[in-house]
Amino acid sequence: MMQFFVQFWDKFCFWLWRLGGLSRMLAQALKYTVVNPPRRSTILKQMFEIGVMSLPVVLITGAFTGMVLAVQSYYQFHKITMDTAVGIIVGLSMTNELGPVLTAVMIAGRVGAAMAAELGTMKVTEQIDALHALGVDPVQYLIVPRFIASVALVPILTVFSIFVGIVGGYIIGVELKGINATFFLKNMLDYTRPADLFSGLIKTVVFAVIVCIVSCYEGFHAEGGAEGVGKATTEAVVSSAITILIADFFLSIVLL
Amino acid sequence: MIEIQDVYKTFNGVPVLKGLNLTIRDGETMVIIGRSGCGKSVLLKHMIGLLKPDAGRILVDGVDIAALGPRELMEIRKKFGMLFQGAALFDSMTVAENVGFALYEHTRMTDQEIRERVTLYLSMVGMEGIEDKKPAELSGGMRKRVGLARAIAIGPQIILYDEPTTGIDPIMGDIINDLILKMRDTLSVSGCAVTHDMTSAYKIADRIAMMYDGRIVQIGSPDEIKNSTNPIVRQFISGSSKGPIKILDD
Ligand SMILES: Nc1ncnc2c1ncn2[C@@H]1O[C@H](COP(=O)(O)OP(=O)(O)O)[C@@H](O)[C@H]1O
Ligand SMILES: [Mg+2]
Repeated sequence: MMQFFVQFWDKFCFWLWRLGGLSRMLAQALKYTVVNPPRRSTILKQMFEIGVMSLPVVLITGAFTGMVLAVQSYYQFHKITMDTAVGIIVGLSMTNELGPVLTAVMIAGRVGAAMAAELGTMKVTEQIDALHALGVDPVQYLIVPRFIASVALVPILTVFSIFVGIVGGYIIGVELKGINATFFLKNMLDYTRPADLFSGLIKTVVFAVIVCIVSCYEGFHAEGGAEGVGKATTEAVVSSAITILIADFFLSIVLL
Repeated sequence: MIEIQDVYKTFNGVPVLKGLNLTIRDGETMVIIGRSGCGKSVLLKHMIGLLKPDAGRILVDGVDIAALGPRELMEIRKKFGMLFQGAALFDSMTVAENVGFALYEHTRMTDQEIRERVTLYLSMVGMEGIEDKKPAELSGGMRKRVGLARAIAIGPQIILYDEPTTGIDPIMGDIINDLILKMRDTLSVSGCAVTHDMTSAYKIADRIAMMYDGRIVQIGSPDEIKNSTNPIVRQFISGSSKGPIKILDD
């Protein structure tokens, strides 16, 4: 019993220690973003990686989520002849919950994994030490461009995702299931307030910070060759995804 | 001048440095020899502040770098060039971008000026004409030489070499040895190399220090080491499996 408690406590201490490291990394990234931003070319390179390359995944995820929402909610609402409520469900859940969360999780899988793998490889091949040795702060040089690109582009990707989700839901609801288009749209717009989109976007910014910092942190702490890089990559995706879901819960409470 | 005073370092409960003392004088090339895994790379990383000692002091020109903040440390590091064990070239960049990295980051030179300097440094290590290759296209020996060019581009007063000749053929190894001698003689920089290649050690060293069990067990000129009576040193330089050196790992 005592031993169990000690183990638990050690885990908790380790978790706190990591949290400290993550906060420090975030604080440094924020500082450099303001005081000493990187060259435009390095930011653009990351923006291309994060934004353009993720677009297909994000669009597919968004479209199918919107369509599934429409199919499922139509199936239920049709029983009680409230077909037009499908628009509300699709609009509200896409802007406020599923758009931001699913986009962020996909970004964690695509971009977060790539960041952790790239930085982890640099760590285990001593390239990060080499940056230090050449008098350059790796946080400034490697993390800040990724940070800026993530925070700038993940919200935009989310807006795309929300848009195609709603279009997908519209196609299923109106074109396939024959819901009246005017009512579908009117209901959707009546119930989905700009505030919902706004809170969705706030969440998105937080998620972007989480994915970027967690993944970069894992990469920077990779140890022990190729195996260590693999572990860091897995850990980056899993930790980001879990942190996103937990953060979503608390943000929903605060923002509703 | 680097003075390492009574430095201790432990990783996950395993002591690696146990009260190590060593002084590297201006203008000399010190070679530290010792078995793989004895902590030679760890020692080098302490000299440039990549690792902090648990106890003890590391003085670089009289300044204790273990006590410095990140910003001052960054400045001190510009006195050092470091050749990493695996060269640690940035593999997303070309050779020219690697060699010119410090100039690009720390000076206001134009791209054209940097390009000229890069060509100069590459020719010093006998590697002209590969500016636009990526590190992945180079052999081990070429990478080490490019790593050396990158290390001298910062204009260092001290160059640290981590196993400069390990993993490359003897002829290339000798080319690197000659380069290290050339660095000392033409740029009059101090050097500290760690290695377990005795041929290389005898050739490049002004003094050799033998590291064993977290400490320096003997220090002296190559001749003194060659004729050492210390049984640990004798066993190491003769490459014998029988003797006082504890063999636990590998
Ligand atoms: N960052 C680190 N974390 C934990 N252990 C380390 C670290 N760096 C080195 N070590 C350990 O210190 C010992 C000495 O390593 P090293 O200095 O690389 O040996 P070598 O003399 O071959 O260069 C090894 O046992 C290694 O596992
Ligand atoms: Mg080593």
